[in-house]
Amino acid sequence: MALTNQYIQEKLQEKFGDLVSNFEESYGLLSFEATVANNLKVLQFLYDEPSLQFQFLTDICGVNFPDDAGREISVVYHLHNLAENVRIRFKIFVPVAAPDVFTACNLFSSANWMERETYDFYGVNFVGHPNLKRILNVDEMDYFPLRKEYPLEDQTRIDKDDEMFGRG
Amino acid sequence: MLAHQQQHITLPEGSIEKQTTTLNVGPTHPATHGVFQNIMELDGERIVSTEQTVGYIHRAFEKLAERRPLYQITPITDRLNYCSSPINNMGWHLTCEKFLGVQTPKRVDYLRVIIMELARISDHLICNSIVGVDTGAYTGFLYVMQYRELIYEIYEEVCGSRLTTNIGRIGGFERNFTNTAFEKLEKFLKEYPKVLKEFENLFARNRIFMERTIGGGAISAERALNYGFTGPNLRAAGVDYDVRVHQPYSSYQDFDFTIPVGKTGDNYDRFLVRNQEMWQSLSIIEQAYKKVQEFKGTDAEIFHADVPEYYLPKKEDVYTKMESLIWHFKIVMGEVEMPKGEIYNAVEGGNGELGFYLVSDGGRTPFRLHFRRPCFIYYQAYPELITGGMLSDAIVTMSSLNLIAGELDA
Amino acid sequence: MARPVRFNTTPILATTADAVGAVEAPPGFTGEGFFTTQLSSVVGLARKNSIWPLPFATSCCGIEFMATMGSHYDLSRFGSERVGFSPRQCDLLMVMGTIAKKMGPVLRQVYLQMAEPRWVIAIGACASSGGIFDTYSVLQGIDQVIPVDVYVPGCPPRPEAILDGFMKIQDLVGEESIRRRHSEQYKSLLNSYGIQ
Repeated sequence: MALTNQYIQEKLQEKFGDLVSNFEESYGLLSFEATVANNLKVLQFLYDEPSLQFQFLTDICGVNFPDDAGREISVVYHLHNLAENVRIRFKIFVPVAAPDVFTACNLFSSANWMERETYDFYGVNFVGHPNLKRILNVDEMDYFPLRKEYPLEDQTRIDKDDEMFGRG
Repeated sequence: MLAHQQQHITLPEGSIEKQTTTLNVGPTHPATHGVFQNIMELDGERIVSTEQTVGYIHRAFEKLAERRPLYQITPITDRLNYCSSPINNMGWHLTCEKFLGVQTPKRVDYLRVIIMELARISDHLICNSIVGVDTGAYTGFLYVMQYRELIYEIYEEVCGSRLTTNIGRIGGFERNFTNTAFEKLEKFLKEYPKVLKEFENLFARNRIFMERTIGGGAISAERALNYGFTGPNLRAAGVDYDVRVHQPYSSYQDFDFTIPVGKTGDNYDRFLVRNQEMWQSLSIIEQAYKKVQEFKGTDAEIFHADVPEYYLPKKEDVYTKMESLIWHFKIVMGEVEMPKGEIYNAVEGGNGELGFYLVSDGGRTPFRLHFRRPCFIYYQAYPELITGGMLSDAIVTMSSLNLIAGELDA
Repeated sequence: MARPVRFNTTPILATTADAVGAVEAPPGFTGEGFFTTQLSSVVGLARKNSIWPLPFATSCCGIEFMATMGSHYDLSRFGSERVGFSPRQCDLLMVMGTIAKKMGPVLRQVYLQMAEPRWVIAIGACASSGGIFDTYSVLQGIDQVIPVDVYVPGCPPRPEAILDGFMKIQDLVGEESIRRRHSEQYKSLLNSYGIQ
């Protein structure tokens, strides 16, 4: 039986009930939201369940929604079932004041650096990560650059004039 | 007794006695691999552990993309895997087209396939020849660089630039392929197979190369999948996952090609997989070229889809028609608004699944653009690949993984 | 429609007679068995035709450098057959590619390890001024950390442009005064970068 988005949604709702919500299908890919405390349980279920078997972690990234109070930072997981050729996306939303998320490193070794990158860019604290330090930026950086409140340019540069770019 | 006491050496106060040597490999290497650093602990020649530092060329592409309208992001994607930049460009255009609901005509798809497979050949050529250089065989590298110049000439004919191409537009290409471009393509198709055969003969059954590469950097299929490997590195480990076959884009389903798969995932298998992929790419280019030549008359003039909102209209129309003038203004000033939504789209890059995750809130620039970069993800496995092996094998493993610094750091 | 050929319409066929070129002697006074000229001219002539470059290739410009070293554009025609990777043995630091703020100290350390006389060429827009990456993590030009002699613009510059920049370095090397490295002006230049 082919794995359809309908079937995945039914299995998830059957197992987790209210803990998963906001099922959407965009461009053929099922996307849903889970609560912060249950992200590992959802990942484990998607991994182990014989009819689902999402055993390839494609991507983890973060998104910053500064206007969404209490849900400012979102961590998005993309998973892939290689055998059935089905992809799925699930998101969790954490407040910027307490951005703690359980790490997926024990399940997927590829989550290690992807979570470090999300920490480096957004400040998401992955609880249980073996080596949570900055990966792409300089170690001494004290802010999280991809958050919307910070500018793109280096404000200390003197050779380029922001007035000329229309950003005075 | 401690070693220094046995040999009557007095160490200064506060020294730590270690059995291993710390060696810093990088960020400035010979042989132009790219800037990443490995701090290795060596016991003699054997590697005990290693720690990597990346980010030496972090250029903040993802934050830069939040500032630019869609077509201005293509030059940034060029600089991800700069050895095969057309694939990144096409991947981005395909993502935009899927997001915006643009359907490209067949001729555009076939032309895109030609360009993408040329880029794949270009990327694998560099990787394989650099593996040769790291084992001491400099000749192969210098020999095939001449034929990469032929590929660069084809890019120049189509888009004007050699390396960071910014090739194509949303909906197609910026201009039709000229006859010179096709002549250069024919010249390439005629001259290159002999060269590839000669290159293969230099290495594939070469006793020294085989002894240097077999067994080094081996990884099993389960560990590779757990580490998120994709592309030739995963196929060398035995898993036949190729985005061109699993989720065909740009009419790849119309072509007949096989996916080479290895067994042990070691350096030799990776070399052979990439080599065989180059042969498959050559076959795809020949099929695509034949299909392109079948378009005759006005069909042969089609080089883009009809999407006035995203594709710049012809200058003659801009000066004479009102709608074209308005579209031209809106596109150039970056005032075209995108629909709301999010999309994840992947293409088979030179190193594996290159994914684009685009989140849009209806503005003129992406709200969030994330690149799923294959190099970044499989470089995590490097310590596991080299621990227990020798230092020279670690260097060969590093180059056979095809680590491109631009894609590693973005 | 094919574009009409505008340049090199009457190519000169190469013969073996001009395959080997001799370098012009510097201006001087010749007599039977002797030749007098300035020491700096002779030293400059020798140095400029045998520069040992250190390719500090970080990104895309590095691949164009590999193409320049290849047989099509051949950098070794200009005497730089031997590229070294040890700063202690090289004259010319060719910085190719974007230098991020994380890489700045590494670049500076490599520059400090080079022995006088040393020259620096910044190849590409990113090395010259940050290029298209006007971001928080990119050094806006390597002249923020080390003194630069020649800038080659381009993204990436064509191999011909890299060779042109290299020829300008050769001009600088050939004309350099013997006393330049000990002069007040040079010392104050290095001091402005914090280099002793």
